[in-house]
This record gives sequence, C-alpha cells and structure tokens, in this order.
Amino acid sequence: MAKVIFQRPKYLKENVFHYCPGCGHSIAHRLIAEVIEEMGIRGITIGVPPAGCAVLAYNYFDLDMIEAQHGRGPALATGLKRTLPDRFVFSYQGDGDLAAIGIAESFHAANRGENITVFFINNAVYGMTGGQMAPTTILEQRTTTTPAGRHKTLDGYPVKVCELLSQLPGVAYAQRCTLTSPAQVNKTKKAIRKAFQCQKDALGFSIVEILSPCPTNWKMSPIDACKWIDEVMSKEFPLDVFKDITPAAQKNTEAV
Amino acid sequence: MNKFLMSGNNIIGEAAIRAGCRFYAGYPITPQNELTEYMAEHMRNAEGGVFIQSESEVAAIHMITGAAAAGARVMTSSSSPGISLKQEGISSLAACELPSVIVNIMRGGPGLGNIRPAQGDYFQATRGGGHGDYRTIVFGPATCQELADLTMDAFDLADKYRTPVMILADGMMGQMMEPVIFKKPKPRQYSENFMLRGAGDGKSKIIRGLILDAIDMEEHNWKLARKYEVITKSEIRYETYQTDDAELVVVAYGTAARIAKGAIKRLREHNKVKAGLFRPITLWPFPETQLRSLSGKIKDFLVFEMSTGQMLEDVRLSLQGYADIGFHGRPGGAVPTPAELANVIARYYEKKD
Repeated sequence: MAKVIFQRPKYLKENVFHYCPGCGHSIAHRLIAEVIEEMGIRGITIGVPPAGCAVLAYNYFDLDMIEAQHGRGPALATGLKRTLPDRFVFSYQGDGDLAAIGIAESFHAANRGENITVFFINNAVYGMTGGQMAPTTILEQRTTTTPAGRHKTLDGYPVKVCELLSQLPGVAYAQRCTLTSPAQVNKTKKAIRKAFQCQKDALGFSIVEILSPCPTNWKMSPIDACKWIDEVMSKEFPLDVFKDITPAAQKNTEAV
Repeated sequence: MNKFLMSGNNIIGEAAIRAGCRFYAGYPITPQNELTEYMAEHMRNAEGGVFIQSESEVAAIHMITGAAAAGARVMTSSSSPGISLKQEGISSLAACELPSVIVNIMRGGPGLGNIRPAQGDYFQATRGGGHGDYRTIVFGPATCQELADLTMDAFDLADKYRTPVMILADGMMGQMMEPVIFKKPKPRQYSENFMLRGAGDGKSKIIRGLILDAIDMEEHNWKLARKYEVITKSEIRYETYQTDDAELVVVAYGTAARIAKGAIKRLREHNKVKAGLFRPITLWPFPETQLRSLSGKIKDFLVFEMSTGQMLEDVRLSLQGYADIGFHGRPGGAVPTPAELANVIARYYEKKD
C-alpha cells in the first residue's frame, strides 16, 4: 500500500486558491493550517482576514473567521480574545493593512500585550489594488505610485515592523522569516508554531513577519521574485528573531 | 425599587451593565467622558466584564465588533467628531448583522465645533451615517429615566434585529442629574448560532460583509432592507403631549423636546395658546404616519431643533403638505430657555392668525 507523505492540510477547504502563481499567501495559508492541525486547536481558533489579497482567506481556512475592515484586524481580534480568552485568535495582515492604515491598531494591540498572534505578509507592495507603494516598499523600488522608484525625501522610508514592535514590553515574540526555499519554509512553520505557543502560554502579543513574493506586481518570474527577496529585500528587512520571551529562549540567552 | 440620583452619562453606563453589557471600549471625548469613566470603574467588577480604553474611536468600534461576534453584549460611546470616526465600523456592524449599542452624546459642530449640547448629528444618525445602504435604530431620549430605559431596550432590539442601535443624546442629557429607577432587564434572547466562538468539531462559520458577486450583494442589501421594513412596522415610539385640543403642535426630540414642553406649559398658562408637543422617541424609524394622523385636525406645526433644521426634513416628508410647517433652530451649542422658546412660538402663532 502506498504511504501518503504529502496531502492537503486537514483544515484547508477544497477550494482552489485565487492567488497568482508564485504568490506567498498560499504557502503561508498552508503552514498556518498545518500548525493548527498539529496543535489540535482548529475547534478553538478564530481567524481575522484583512482587506487585501487575503481578504478571501475564509474561503480557504476551515476555521471560524470574521473579516476586518482595512487595518483593523488587531482591534477586532482584541474584542474576540478579551471575550473568549481561552480561544486562539489570529489576525492575518498585509503590509498596507498593518503598517499604513492599521499601524495604530497594530501598535496598540502590541503595546497592550494582547494575547493574540499576527501573521504579517510583507510583499513590499499593495497587491490587490494593483501594485502601489506600500509602507514597506524599499528605496528605489518601482511601483505604480513610485514609477521612478521610491524616493526617500518624497516618499519616506520603508517601515520595519518587527524592529518597531519588538521595542514594546507587551510583545512576547517577533520573528521575520521568508518562503524562498524549503529550509526557509520550514523555519517559517516553526515560527508560526512558536507564535501560537506564546498565545497558549498567555505570554502576550506575537507576530511572525513573512517576506512573501509577489511576482505579478513585481513583474518578475516566481523564481526571480524569490531571488529578489534573498538578494535585495532581506537586506533591507533582515531575517531574524527580534523578540522572544519564551522560557526556552530565555534559558538559551542565560547559557550564552 | 430603589431610586438613584445620577448624571445622564453615568445612568447610561449603569443601565448598560445591568442589561448585561460585558464589553465596552471607548476613547475620551467631552461631553461623554463620565460614561467612559463609569465603565472603567464598574465594568471590570461585573462578571466577565471587559473595559478597554482604546487608542482611537476607530479601534473602539472594531473592538466591539470582535466582541459582538464572539457573543458579548457590547457598547461604545463618543461625541460627534468621534462618532464620525466610528462610521466605518458602524457600517460593518450593519453589514455583518452584529448587535451593538453606540452612544452619541452630541456636541456643537461641524468640525471640532465645541463641547456645548447640540443636535447637529441627526442626519448622520438617521441616514445610516457610514457608507452603503443601511440604517441603524436611533433612540432620542429626553429624560434621565428614558436614558436608563432606552439603554436597556437598545440591547434587546440590537439582539432581536441583529443590528447596531444608536442612542442619540446631547451634552445636556449627558451632564444633567435626575432621579432614576432601573427596571429589571429582560433575559437575553440571542442564539448561540450567531456567535463566533471556534468551530469545535462542527462546520466553520464566516462573518463578513464582503460579497463580491453583484447579485448576491444585491440580495444582501434587500435582506437588510426587509429587516428595516419590519423594524419600521414594529418599533416606532413617540410621545404626544397636550395634542388633543392643540391648535399648534411643536415637533421636537431629546433636549429640545424638554425645552418645548416647558414652553408649551407657559404658552397655555400665560398666552392662552393651545400648543401641544409631538416627540419622536425613535428618530429612525421616524413616527411618520403617527405624525401625519395629527394633520387631520391640526394644520400648524413648528419644528424646534438645536440644529439648522435636520429632523425638519422628516417632518416635511411625514406631513406631505397636509399642514403648514414652521421652524425654529438654535445650532452650535446655543440652548434657549423655555421662556425664550415660548415667545418664539407665540410670535409664530400670532403671525399665522
């Protein structure tokens, strides 16, 4: 009998992703669904999709979900979690959603140490609306609203969300990962698991930032998009653990 | 039953907690701060009660959205400029059919305006307020006792129709003190099927207002419209005062109606003018046919508002030309005394003769 070694995660619905070929959302969705299955928390998890490409995330996750208006995910998740403290609540957000229109909600949910998890998909552009400048668009990057490249004095600088939020005492865990190779995908999955674990242990706000390819709006092939993340984007947004107050991490620090 | 002497803002808070409100989020703004402070002091003492001072009005409305979805009875409060900020969320609450209570203690506007009592947010409150095709039930209380009663009723109606309900009062109502009796709240009737609490072993649920297919979105709009029709048929509230023998009826709500009542008493005593009052208690749905039925025998109406004339339009729509309508307005936080208003009404009445 053939042994099944790879299949659709139990808690992704049978729907075909609407995401473009080479987009990172589908991988991120899959990883989150896998972790939820492995932790056995599907029945007690509520997800909050954003406005943006992932607005239809509830068509894919087989979880209780409620949409948030653009940027308001962490406020809505706060209401859910405070009402149902024993449930797992996550907000899934893009860069415009989290770092532009929703920076106040994100910053203050983090500062209150809300015991929720934010999955932050950073692809350096507004995807759904057609590739405009995002708060995380890097300098010189061309978008439909920075046709000559992002200019520091005219358009400002890329916002570094993990670096910013990790300063707040309410944040338990902040890690930036990417999806450009199987090794990176595995690392990202571990980060997602750790973030949920933080919530389980009621440590506070956890965020996993995922540098995610957007071949369509970057006007690149999927492979070139991954290369661009490795060679350019991750130089601006270093892959790192910016905050980790889990007991294991604290012990490691003491040992060093 | 015990009688309490409390300020309007505190009464709303106490009535809400007694009605089972267990989630309040708010942001400081005058003249409603006492309500937020009351919730800060008392909500966390209630079992399962959550109080959050949010980072903004916007965040507060979305916090109560999450809590409403999770099944809590929820409330937020603010004053005019803050209510403008909440409109994004109110539109969502209507679209997603989430029960919620929003308190607007109105102040002078537009813009930052001032912190004096005014009624300039009538259009915003009764026409939905945010984007899209929706309505909210709007109560216009005129006494502290009504603040208590209508706050409790607001939670019941929000649940019954799965819709946001607004309490539209003003700085005067929020700050004034009157004796009040809190009625016994009704047991909550709201199905767990509507709550989002994790799917367990069952089918997962989605709460959303995003409906990309035009025909499906149209049907959702009609579904909401049908609900609003039922509300219009079943939930209209109003008060008439001395209209039986009235030759002139003043139409006013909230603080303006209190002042009008005082003016009408004076007019009957001193000026021998047979004036009466028609006071809408639900501003939406507006008591349209009830007001129109008065026009059978009364041909003179005078609308008094602490605005430049907003409810006036609903009165015109209701009376449909069957009677003459005058208007007196004091916008921007100016509040006339009953004596002043009595003079205005008497002059208006004399001119008509």
